Amino acid sequence: MMCEECGKAPAVVHVEKIVNGNKMVLNLCRECAEKKGVLDMFFQPSFSINNLLSALLGSQEPALPTLELGKEETRCPICGMSYRDFARAGRLGCSRCYSVFETRLEPLLRRIHGSDKHVGKAPSKAGETARVRKEIEELKKELSIAVSREAYEKAAELRDKIRELEKKMRGNPA
Amino acid sequence: MKQDRAFALDSILNNPSSPWMDGSGNLADVVISSRVRLARNLKDTPFPHLLEEKEADQVLDRVFSAVDLIGPRGFGGEIIKVRLDNLSLLDRQVLVEKHLISPQHAESGFGKGLILRQDEAVSIMVNEEDHLRIQCLHSGLELDEAWILASGIDDLCDELLDFAYDERIGYLTSCPTNVGTGLRASVMVHLPALAMANEVSRVLAAVNKLGLVVRGIYGEGTEGQGNVFQISNQISLGQTEKEIIENLSLVAKQVVSEEKRVREGLFKNRRAELEDRVFRALGILSNARRMTSNEAIRLWSDLRLGVEFEMIPGLTMKDTNQILVLSRPNYVQRTAGKSLQPEERDTRRAELIRRHLANRKV
Repeated sequence: MMCEECGKAPAVVHVEKIVNGNKMVLNLCRECAEKKGVLDMFFQPSFSINNLLSALLGSQEPALPTLELGKEETRCPICGMSYRDFARAGRLGCSRCYSVFETRLEPLLRRIHGSDKHVGKAPSKAGETARVRKEIEELKKELSIAVSREAYEKAAELRDKIRELEKKMRGNPA
Repeated sequence: MKQDRAFALDSILNNPSSPWMDGSGNLADVVISSRVRLARNLKDTPFPHLLEEKEADQVLDRVFSAVDLIGPRGFGGEIIKVRLDNLSLLDRQVLVEKHLISPQHAESGFGKGLILRQDEAVSIMVNEEDHLRIQCLHSGLELDEAWILASGIDDLCDELLDFAYDERIGYLTSCPTNVGTGLRASVMVHLPALAMANEVSRVLAAVNKLGLVVRGIYGEGTEGQGNVFQISNQISLGQTEKEIIENLSLVAKQVVSEEKRVREGLFKNRRAELEDRVFRALGILSNARRMTSNEAIRLWSDLRLGVEFEMIPGLTMKDTNQILVLSRPNYVQRTAGKSLQPEERDTRRAELIRRHLANRKV
Protein backbone atom coordinates (compact mmCIF):
# COMPACT_ATOMS: atom_id res chain seq x y z
CA MET A 1 0.00 0.00 0.00
CA MET A 2 1.30 3.48 -0.85
CA CYS A 3 1.16 6.56 1.35
CA GLU A 4 -2.20 8.32 1.08
CA GLU A 5 -0.58 11.70 1.56
CA CYS A 6 2.26 11.77 -0.98
CA GLY A 7 1.58 8.58 -2.92
CA LYS A 8 5.33 8.16 -3.44
CA ALA A 9 6.49 5.92 -0.62
CA PRO A 10 5.07 2.75 0.92
CA ALA A 11 2.73 3.36 3.85
CA VAL A 12 4.31 2.11 7.04
CA VAL A 13 2.24 3.99 9.62
CA HIS A 14 -1.39 3.06 9.98
CA VAL A 15 -3.50 5.26 12.21
CA GLU A 16 -7.09 4.72 13.23
CA LYS A 17 -8.81 7.77 14.60
CA ILE A 18 -12.28 7.79 16.06
CA VAL A 19 -13.95 11.17 15.75
CA ASN A 20 -17.54 11.47 16.97
CA GLY A 21 -17.97 7.75 16.62
CA ASN A 22 -16.74 7.68 13.00
CA LYS A 23 -13.63 5.66 12.31
CA MET A 24 -11.02 7.27 10.07
CA VAL A 25 -8.07 5.31 8.76
CA LEU A 26 -4.85 6.95 7.65
CA ASN A 27 -2.06 5.10 5.87
CA LEU A 28 1.13 7.13 5.70
CA CYS A 29 4.80 6.80 4.86
CA ARG A 30 7.21 7.59 7.67
CA GLU A 31 8.10 11.01 6.34
CA CYS A 32 4.51 12.18 6.00
CA ALA A 33 3.64 10.72 9.38
CA GLU A 34 6.46 12.71 10.92
CA LYS A 35 5.33 15.85 9.14
CA LYS A 36 1.82 15.41 10.45
CA GLY A 37 3.17 14.81 13.94
CA VAL A 38 1.45 11.44 14.09
CA LEU A 39 4.53 9.70 15.38
CA ASP A 40 4.93 12.11 18.27
CA MET A 41 1.95 10.55 19.97
CA PHE A 42 3.71 7.23 20.13
CA PHE A 43 7.27 8.26 20.62
CA GLN A 44 6.78 10.67 23.43
CA PRO A 45 9.09 9.65 26.21
CA SER A 46 6.93 7.69 28.56
CA PHE A 47 6.19 8.95 32.01
CA SER A 48 9.48 8.83 33.84
CA ILE A 49 11.02 9.55 37.16
CA ASN A 50 12.24 12.82 35.65
CA ASN A 51 8.69 14.01 34.96
CA LEU A 52 7.86 13.22 38.53
CA LEU A 53 10.89 15.06 39.86
CA SER A 54 10.12 17.97 37.65
CA ALA A 55 6.62 18.13 39.16
CA LEU A 56 8.06 17.93 42.65
CA LEU A 57 10.44 20.78 41.91
CA GLY A 58 7.81 22.85 40.16
CA SER A 59 5.82 22.88 43.35
CA GLN A 60 8.82 24.25 45.24
CA GLU A 61 9.58 27.04 42.84
CA PRO A 62 7.00 29.80 42.70
CA ALA A 63 6.64 31.32 39.25
CA LEU A 64 9.04 34.22 38.91
CA PRO A 65 7.37 37.60 38.92
CA THR A 66 7.68 39.31 35.55
CA LEU A 67 10.01 41.91 37.01
CA GLU A 68 12.60 39.26 37.80
CA LEU A 69 12.55 37.71 34.38
CA GLY A 70 15.28 40.00 33.10
CA LYS A 71 17.54 39.21 36.03
CA GLU A 72 20.47 36.90 35.52
CA GLU A 73 19.94 33.43 36.89
CA THR A 74 22.75 31.49 38.49
CA ARG A 75 24.13 29.13 35.91
CA CYS A 76 26.54 26.26 36.25
CA PRO A 77 29.94 27.34 34.88
CA ILE A 78 30.58 23.93 33.32
CA CYS A 79 27.33 23.04 31.57
CA GLY A 80 25.43 26.35 31.67
CA MET A 81 22.37 24.85 33.29
CA SER A 82 20.18 26.99 35.55
CA TYR A 83 18.10 25.69 38.43
CA ARG A 84 15.00 26.34 36.39
CA ASP A 85 16.37 24.18 33.56
CA PHE A 86 16.87 21.44 36.12
CA ALA A 87 13.39 21.88 37.52
CA ARG A 88 12.04 21.49 34.00
CA ALA A 89 14.14 18.46 33.01
CA GLY A 90 14.37 16.69 36.37
CA ARG A 91 18.01 15.98 35.55
CA LEU A 92 21.17 17.86 36.36
CA GLY A 93 23.60 19.01 33.70
CA CYS A 94 26.91 17.88 35.14
CA SER A 95 28.60 16.95 38.40
CA ARG A 96 29.41 20.60 39.14
CA CYS A 97 25.67 21.45 39.26
CA TYR A 98 25.50 19.68 42.62
CA SER A 99 27.74 22.28 44.23
CA VAL A 100 26.30 25.23 42.29
CA PHE A 101 22.73 24.42 43.41
CA GLU A 102 23.74 22.80 46.69
CA THR A 103 21.40 24.66 49.03
CA ARG A 104 18.38 24.02 46.86
CA LEU A 105 19.22 20.37 46.20
CA GLU A 106 19.66 19.39 49.85
CA PRO A 107 15.96 19.42 50.75
CA LEU A 108 15.20 17.55 47.54
CA LEU A 109 17.71 14.81 48.35
CA ARG A 110 16.17 14.47 51.80
CA ARG A 111 12.76 14.10 50.20
CA ILE A 112 13.94 11.41 47.81
CA HIS A 113 16.33 9.44 49.99
CA GLY A 114 15.41 10.46 53.52
CA SER A 115 19.03 11.54 53.90
CA ASP A 116 21.55 13.95 52.47
CA LYS A 117 24.69 12.25 53.73
CA HIS A 118 26.64 9.65 51.80
CA VAL A 119 27.96 6.89 54.04
CA GLY A 120 29.00 4.37 51.38
CA LYS A 121 32.09 3.75 49.35
CA ALA A 122 34.58 6.50 48.58
CA PRO A 123 36.97 6.35 45.62
CA SER A 124 39.85 4.15 46.69
CA LYS A 125 42.94 5.76 48.15
CA ALA A 126 45.06 3.96 45.64
CA GLY A 127 43.08 5.68 42.92
CA GLU A 128 43.45 9.04 44.63
CA THR A 129 47.22 8.61 44.93
CA ALA A 130 47.56 7.61 41.31
CA ARG A 131 45.55 10.66 40.38
CA VAL A 132 47.71 13.04 42.42
CA ARG A 133 50.86 11.47 41.03
CA LYS A 134 49.60 12.02 37.52
CA GLU A 135 48.73 15.62 38.32
CA ILE A 136 52.23 16.23 39.71
CA GLU A 137 53.79 14.80 36.55
CA GLU A 138 51.70 17.13 34.42
CA LEU A 139 52.57 20.14 36.56
CA LYS A 140 56.26 19.28 36.32
CA LYS A 141 56.01 19.25 32.55
CA GLU A 142 54.33 22.64 32.65
CA LEU A 143 57.02 23.86 35.02
CA SER A 144 59.84 22.94 32.68
CA ILE A 145 58.06 24.69 29.82
CA ALA A 146 57.55 27.78 31.98
CA VAL A 147 61.23 27.80 32.97
CA SER A 148 62.40 27.39 29.38
CA ARG A 149 60.22 30.37 28.47
CA GLU A 150 61.60 32.31 31.43
CA ALA A 151 58.08 32.80 32.78
CA TYR A 152 59.34 32.80 36.35
CA GLU A 153 56.21 34.06 38.03
CA LYS A 154 54.21 31.22 36.51
CA ALA A 155 57.00 28.78 37.37
CA ALA A 156 56.97 29.81 41.02
CA GLU A 157 53.23 29.30 41.12
CA LEU A 158 53.59 25.84 39.62
CA ARG A 159 56.41 24.93 41.99
CA ASP A 160 54.22 25.82 45.00
CA LYS A 161 51.40 23.73 43.64
CA ILE A 162 53.71 20.76 43.13
CA ARG A 163 55.08 21.10 46.67
CA GLU A 164 51.58 21.19 48.09
CA LEU A 165 50.55 18.06 46.17
CA GLU A 166 53.74 16.24 47.17
CA LYS A 167 52.97 17.05 50.79
CA LYS A 168 49.47 15.62 50.29
CA MET A 169 50.99 12.45 48.79
CA ARG A 170 53.18 11.90 51.82
CA GLY A 171 50.17 12.14 54.10
CA ASN A 172 48.31 9.70 51.92
CA PRO A 173 50.66 6.91 50.87
CA ALA A 174 49.58 4.37 48.29
CA MET B 1 41.35 -8.54 15.49
CA LYS B 2 38.39 -6.40 14.66
CA GLN B 3 36.76 -9.33 12.93
CA ASP B 4 37.30 -11.47 16.01
CA ARG B 5 35.44 -8.92 18.08
CA ALA B 6 32.53 -8.78 15.66
CA PHE B 7 32.46 -12.54 15.74
CA ALA B 8 32.53 -12.56 19.55
CA LEU B 9 29.54 -10.23 19.76
CA ASP B 10 27.72 -12.21 17.13
CA SER B 11 28.10 -15.39 19.10
CA ILE B 12 26.62 -13.64 22.14
CA LEU B 13 23.69 -12.34 20.10
CA ASN B 14 23.10 -15.77 18.56
CA ASN B 15 23.20 -17.62 21.85
CA PRO B 16 19.89 -17.66 23.74
CA SER B 17 21.76 -18.70 26.84
CA SER B 18 23.73 -16.44 29.13
CA PRO B 19 26.05 -17.88 31.78
CA TRP B 20 24.25 -15.82 34.42
CA MET B 21 21.03 -17.69 33.61
CA ASP B 22 22.52 -21.15 33.89
CA GLY B 23 20.69 -22.13 37.05
CA SER B 24 23.79 -22.17 39.26
CA GLY B 25 24.24 -20.26 42.51
CA ASN B 26 22.39 -19.89 45.75
CA LEU B 27 18.61 -20.60 45.86
CA ALA B 28 18.55 -20.87 42.08
CA ASP B 29 15.28 -22.79 42.10
CA VAL B 30 13.55 -19.49 42.88
CA VAL B 31 16.12 -16.75 42.24
CA ILE B 32 16.97 -16.58 38.54
CA SER B 33 19.67 -13.93 38.82
CA SER B 34 21.24 -11.15 40.86
CA ARG B 35 22.36 -7.86 39.45
CA VAL B 36 24.37 -4.91 40.75
CA ARG B 37 24.55 -1.65 38.83
CA LEU B 38 26.77 1.34 39.62
CA ALA B 39 26.13 4.77 38.09
CA ARG B 40 29.34 6.74 37.54
CA ASN B 41 30.20 10.00 35.81
CA LEU B 42 33.27 11.86 34.65
CA LYS B 43 34.17 14.95 36.66
CA ASP B 44 33.17 18.32 35.18
CA THR B 45 31.87 16.84 31.94
CA PRO B 46 28.23 17.48 31.02
CA PHE B 47 26.02 14.44 31.55
CA PRO B 48 25.11 12.48 28.39
CA HIS B 49 21.75 14.20 27.83
CA LEU B 50 23.58 17.52 27.31
CA LEU B 51 26.44 16.24 25.16
CA GLU B 52 26.91 17.18 21.53
CA GLU B 53 27.85 14.38 19.18
CA LYS B 54 31.57 15.23 19.22
CA GLU B 55 31.70 15.46 23.01
CA ALA B 56 29.80 12.20 23.43
CA ASP B 57 32.31 10.52 21.13
CA GLN B 58 35.16 11.94 23.21
CA VAL B 59 33.63 10.47 26.36
CA LEU B 60 33.24 7.13 24.61
CA ASP B 61 36.86 7.24 23.38
CA ARG B 62 38.10 8.05 26.87
CA VAL B 63 36.20 5.16 28.39
CA PHE B 64 37.28 2.75 25.65
CA SER B 65 40.95 3.69 26.10
CA ALA B 66 40.66 3.20 29.84
CA VAL B 67 39.12 -0.21 29.24
CA ASP B 68 42.04 -1.11 26.97
CA LEU B 69 44.48 -0.14 29.71
CA ILE B 70 42.62 -2.19 32.31
CA GLY B 71 42.68 -5.13 29.94
CA PRO B 72 41.29 -8.65 30.28
CA ARG B 73 43.30 -9.23 33.44
CA GLY B 74 41.61 -6.36 35.25
CA PHE B 75 38.18 -7.41 34.02
CA GLY B 76 38.79 -11.09 34.68
CA GLY B 77 37.99 -12.13 31.12
CA GLU B 78 38.02 -11.16 27.45
CA ILE B 79 36.36 -7.84 26.72
CA ILE B 80 34.30 -6.72 23.73
CA LYS B 81 33.85 -3.00 23.02
CA VAL B 82 30.98 -1.96 20.80
CA ARG B 83 29.72 1.34 19.45
CA LEU B 84 25.96 0.90 19.43
CA ASP B 85 25.49 2.95 16.26
CA ASN B 86 27.44 0.20 14.48
CA LEU B 87 24.74 -2.30 15.39
CA SER B 88 21.35 -2.75 13.78
CA LEU B 89 18.24 -1.88 15.79
CA LEU B 90 17.43 -5.60 15.90
CA ASP B 91 20.83 -6.43 17.43
CA ARG B 92 20.41 -3.66 20.00
CA GLN B 93 16.96 -4.98 20.90
CA VAL B 94 18.35 -8.48 21.37
CA LEU B 95 20.85 -7.02 23.86
CA VAL B 96 17.83 -5.61 25.74
CA GLU B 97 16.09 -8.98 25.65
CA LYS B 98 19.22 -10.53 27.13
CA HIS B 99 19.17 -7.86 29.87
CA LEU B 100 22.61 -6.60 28.82
CA ILE B 101 21.51 -3.04 28.06
CA SER B 102 18.48 -0.94 28.99
CA PRO B 103 15.67 -0.19 26.52
CA GLN B 104 16.68 3.47 26.72
CA HIS B 105 20.22 2.60 25.65
CA ALA B 106 18.95 0.69 22.62
CA GLU B 107 17.22 3.79 21.22
CA SER B 108 19.15 5.45 18.44
CA GLY B 109 21.53 8.20 19.46
CA PHE B 110 25.18 9.13 19.20
CA GLY B 111 28.18 8.25 21.32
CA LYS B 112 26.52 5.24 22.94
CA GLY B 113 28.74 2.30 23.75
CA LEU B 114 28.78 -1.08 25.38
CA ILE B 115 31.63 -2.92 27.03
CA LEU B 116 30.90 -6.56 27.56
CA ARG B 117 32.86 -9.32 29.18
CA GLN B 118 32.69 -12.42 27.02
CA ASP B 119 30.76 -14.38 29.66
CA GLU B 120 28.17 -11.55 29.88
CA ALA B 121 28.66 -11.25 33.64
CA VAL B 122 30.03 -7.70 33.27
CA SER B 123 28.60 -5.03 31.04
CA ILE B 124 29.22 -1.30 31.02
CA MET B 125 26.84 1.02 29.23
CA VAL B 126 28.57 4.21 28.12
CA ASN B 127 26.56 7.42 27.69
CA GLU B 128 23.27 6.04 28.85
CA GLU B 129 21.68 8.30 31.49
CA ASP B 130 25.11 8.49 33.15
CA HIS B 131 28.55 8.36 31.53
CA LEU B 132 29.06 4.85 32.87
CA ARG B 133 26.69 2.25 34.16
CA ILE B 134 28.70 -0.70 35.42
CA GLN B 135 26.55 -3.80 35.66
CA CYS B 136 27.42 -7.24 37.03
CA LEU B 137 25.15 -10.24 36.75
CA HIS B 138 25.25 -13.58 38.52
CA SER B 139 23.03 -16.62 38.45
CA GLY B 140 21.08 -17.30 41.66
CA LEU B 141 21.11 -15.17 44.80
CA GLU B 142 24.68 -13.90 44.63
CA LEU B 143 24.44 -10.18 45.32
CA ASP B 144 27.67 -10.11 47.37
CA GLU B 145 29.62 -11.66 44.51
CA ALA B 146 28.10 -9.25 42.02
CA TRP B 147 28.89 -6.28 44.27
CA ILE B 148 32.52 -7.32 44.81
CA LEU B 149 33.00 -7.70 41.07
CA ALA B 150 31.32 -4.37 40.25
CA SER B 151 33.20 -2.50 42.95
CA GLY B 152 36.56 -3.86 41.76
CA ILE B 153 35.86 -2.76 38.20
CA ASP B 154 34.68 0.60 39.54
CA ASP B 155 38.06 1.06 41.31
CA LEU B 156 40.04 0.24 38.18
CA CYS B 157 37.97 2.60 36.04
CA ASP B 158 38.11 5.36 38.64
CA GLU B 159 41.91 5.33 38.67
CA LEU B 160 41.95 6.15 34.99
CA LEU B 161 38.79 8.17 34.53
CA ASP B 162 38.48 10.22 37.72
CA PHE B 163 34.81 9.88 38.65
CA ALA B 164 32.69 12.74 39.96
CA TYR B 165 32.47 12.32 43.71
CA ASP B 166 31.54 14.60 46.57
CA GLU B 167 32.68 13.89 50.13
CA ARG B 168 29.25 14.69 51.49
CA ILE B 169 26.77 13.31 48.96
CA GLY B 170 28.89 10.64 47.27
CA TYR B 171 28.95 9.74 43.59
CA LEU B 172 27.23 12.38 41.49
CA THR B 173 24.68 11.23 38.94
CA SER B 174 22.54 12.73 36.24
CA CYS B 175 19.34 12.02 38.15
CA PRO B 176 19.36 12.90 41.86
CA THR B 177 17.53 9.64 42.62
CA ASN B 178 20.80 7.74 42.01
CA VAL B 179 23.18 10.00 43.89
CA GLY B 180 25.30 8.65 46.77
CA THR B 181 26.27 5.06 46.17
CA GLY B 182 24.92 5.12 42.59
CA LEU B 183 23.94 1.55 43.41
CA ARG B 184 20.91 -0.30 42.19
CA ALA B 185 20.89 -3.93 43.29
CA SER B 186 18.20 -6.28 42.10
CA VAL B 187 17.16 -9.90 42.14
CA MET B 188 14.96 -11.65 39.60
CA VAL B 189 12.67 -14.20 41.22
CA HIS B 190 10.25 -16.78 39.82
CA LEU B 191 7.13 -17.09 41.99
CA PRO B 192 4.73 -19.51 40.26
CA ALA B 193 3.43 -21.16 43.43
CA LEU B 194 2.61 -17.87 45.13
CA ALA B 195 0.83 -16.90 41.92
CA MET B 196 -1.19 -20.16 41.86
CA ALA B 197 -2.19 -19.57 45.47
CA ASN B 198 -3.09 -15.92 44.74
CA GLU B 199 -0.58 -14.74 47.28
CA VAL B 200 1.85 -12.80 45.10
CA SER B 201 0.30 -9.40 45.73
CA ARG B 202 0.27 -9.95 49.48
CA VAL B 203 3.98 -10.82 49.51
CA LEU B 204 5.00 -8.07 47.12
CA ALA B 205 3.01 -5.42 48.99
CA ALA B 206 5.06 -6.29 52.06
CA VAL B 207 8.26 -5.96 50.02
CA ASN B 208 7.16 -2.51 48.89
CA LYS B 209 6.67 -1.40 52.46
CA LEU B 210 10.33 -2.12 53.13
CA GLY B 211 11.44 0.53 50.67
CA LEU B 212 12.06 -1.90 47.83
CA VAL B 213 10.59 -1.71 44.35
CA VAL B 214 9.00 -4.57 42.43
CA ARG B 215 8.86 -4.59 38.65
CA GLY B 216 8.16 -7.12 35.92
CA ILE B 217 10.72 -9.22 34.07
CA TYR B 218 11.24 -6.61 31.34
CA GLY B 219 10.72 -3.56 33.55
CA GLU B 220 7.68 -1.44 34.17
CA GLY B 221 4.49 -2.59 32.50
CA THR B 222 5.47 -6.27 32.36
CA GLU B 223 4.36 -7.09 35.91
CA GLY B 224 3.35 -10.68 36.38
CA GLN B 225 4.66 -11.94 33.01
CA GLY B 226 5.93 -15.46 33.52
CA ASN B 227 5.45 -14.95 37.26
CA VAL B 228 8.89 -13.34 37.23
CA PHE B 229 9.52 -10.28 39.36
CA GLN B 230 12.50 -8.01 39.84
CA ILE B 231 12.99 -6.63 43.33
CA SER B 232 15.41 -3.74 43.78
CA ASN B 233 16.43 -1.01 46.21
CA GLN B 234 14.91 2.43 45.82
CA ILE B 235 17.23 4.57 47.89
CA SER B 236 20.88 5.13 47.02
CA LEU B 237 21.90 7.74 49.59
CA GLY B 238 22.29 7.44 53.36
CA GLN B 239 22.94 3.69 53.43
CA THR B 240 26.17 1.84 52.74
CA GLU B 241 26.36 -0.52 49.79
CA LYS B 242 26.67 -3.38 52.23
CA GLU B 243 23.48 -2.35 54.02
CA ILE B 244 21.57 -1.99 50.76
CA ILE B 245 22.71 -5.42 49.59
CA GLU B 246 22.13 -7.15 52.93
CA ASN B 247 18.66 -5.66 53.16
CA LEU B 248 17.74 -6.85 49.67
CA SER B 249 19.28 -10.30 50.26
CA LEU B 250 17.31 -10.76 53.47
CA VAL B 251 14.05 -9.76 51.82
CA ALA B 252 14.79 -12.01 48.83
CA LYS B 253 15.44 -14.95 51.17
CA GLN B 254 12.13 -14.27 52.91
CA VAL B 255 10.29 -14.21 49.57
CA VAL B 256 12.05 -17.46 48.59
CA SER B 257 10.97 -19.18 51.77
CA GLU B 258 7.36 -18.05 51.24
CA GLU B 259 7.43 -19.39 47.69
CA LYS B 260 8.92 -22.68 48.85
CA ARG B 261 6.39 -23.06 51.63
CA VAL B 262 3.55 -22.71 49.11
CA ARG B 263 5.34 -25.05 46.66
CA GLU B 264 5.53 -27.77 49.29
CA GLY B 265 1.83 -27.35 50.03
CA LEU B 266 1.01 -27.61 46.32
CA PHE B 267 3.13 -30.69 45.96
CA LYS B 268 1.40 -32.36 48.90
CA ASN B 269 -2.19 -31.31 48.31
CA ARG B 270 -2.58 -30.48 44.63
CA ARG B 271 -0.02 -32.73 43.00
CA ALA B 272 -2.23 -34.01 40.18
CA GLU B 273 -3.20 -30.46 39.21
CA LEU B 274 0.42 -29.40 39.38
CA GLU B 275 1.68 -32.25 37.21
CA ASP B 276 -1.12 -31.75 34.72
CA ARG B 277 -0.17 -28.12 34.39
CA VAL B 278 3.54 -28.81 33.95
CA PHE B 279 3.10 -31.58 31.37
CA ARG B 280 0.46 -29.67 29.42
CA ALA B 281 2.97 -26.82 29.13
CA LEU B 282 5.65 -29.27 28.00
CA GLY B 283 3.24 -30.79 25.49
CA ILE B 284 2.27 -27.47 23.94
CA LEU B 285 5.80 -26.08 23.92
CA SER B 286 7.08 -29.29 22.27
CA ASN B 287 4.33 -29.47 19.64
CA ALA B 288 2.69 -26.14 18.90
CA ARG B 289 3.02 -24.70 15.39
CA ARG B 290 2.27 -21.12 16.35
CA MET B 291 2.93 -19.30 19.58
CA THR B 292 2.77 -15.68 20.75
CA SER B 293 5.44 -14.39 23.13
CA ASN B 294 2.81 -14.04 25.86
CA GLU B 295 1.77 -17.67 25.56
CA ALA B 296 5.40 -18.76 25.47
CA ILE B 297 6.32 -16.98 28.69
CA ARG B 298 3.18 -18.26 30.43
CA LEU B 299 3.97 -21.86 29.47
CA TRP B 300 7.65 -21.31 30.25
CA SER B 301 6.64 -20.46 33.83
CA ASP B 302 4.73 -23.74 34.17
CA LEU B 303 7.58 -25.69 32.61
CA ARG B 304 10.13 -24.11 34.92
CA LEU B 305 7.97 -24.99 37.90
CA GLY B 306 8.18 -28.63 36.73
CA VAL B 307 11.97 -28.36 36.48
CA GLU B 308 12.09 -26.79 39.93
CA PHE B 309 10.25 -29.90 41.23
CA GLU B 310 12.59 -32.14 39.15
CA MET B 311 9.57 -33.63 37.39
CA ILE B 312 11.05 -33.63 33.89
CA PRO B 313 14.11 -35.86 33.50
CA GLY B 314 16.64 -34.58 31.00
CA LEU B 315 15.61 -30.93 31.16
CA THR B 316 17.98 -28.65 33.09
CA MET B 317 17.33 -25.21 34.49
CA LYS B 318 19.72 -23.81 31.90
CA ASP B 319 17.77 -25.42 29.02
CA THR B 320 14.56 -24.06 30.47
CA ASN B 321 15.81 -20.53 30.97
CA GLN B 322 17.00 -20.41 27.36
CA ILE B 323 13.37 -20.54 26.25
CA LEU B 324 12.92 -17.10 27.80
CA VAL B 325 15.36 -15.49 25.37
CA LEU B 326 14.48 -17.86 22.53
CA SER B 327 10.89 -16.64 22.50
CA ARG B 328 11.51 -12.89 22.59
CA PRO B 329 10.26 -11.07 19.47
CA ASN B 330 13.62 -9.57 18.43
CA TYR B 331 15.61 -12.71 19.08
CA VAL B 332 13.13 -14.67 16.97
CA GLN B 333 13.47 -12.16 14.12
CA ARG B 334 17.24 -12.14 14.38
CA THR B 335 17.37 -15.89 13.80
CA ALA B 336 15.43 -15.24 10.58
CA GLY B 337 17.89 -12.51 9.61
CA LYS B 338 15.07 -10.04 8.93
CA SER B 339 12.04 -8.42 10.51
CA LEU B 340 8.92 -10.58 10.46
CA GLN B 341 5.19 -9.97 10.57
CA PRO B 342 3.58 -11.02 13.87
CA GLU B 343 2.12 -14.26 12.42
CA GLU B 344 5.45 -15.19 10.84
CA ARG B 345 7.10 -14.54 14.16
CA ASP B 346 4.64 -16.81 15.98
CA THR B 347 5.36 -19.63 13.55
CA ARG B 348 9.10 -19.19 13.84
CA ARG B 349 8.96 -18.92 17.64
CA ALA B 350 7.03 -22.20 17.90
CA GLU B 351 9.58 -23.83 15.63
CA LEU B 352 12.56 -22.56 17.66
CA ILE B 353 11.10 -23.80 20.94
CA ARG B 354 10.07 -27.12 19.41
CA ARG B 355 13.55 -27.71 18.04
CA HIS B 356 15.16 -26.65 21.33
CA LEU B 357 13.12 -29.18 23.30
CA ALA B 358 13.50 -31.94 20.69
CA ASN B 359 17.29 -31.57 20.96
CA ARG B 360 17.04 -32.21 24.69
CA LYS B 361 15.08 -35.40 24.01
CA VAL B 362 12.55 -34.57 26.68
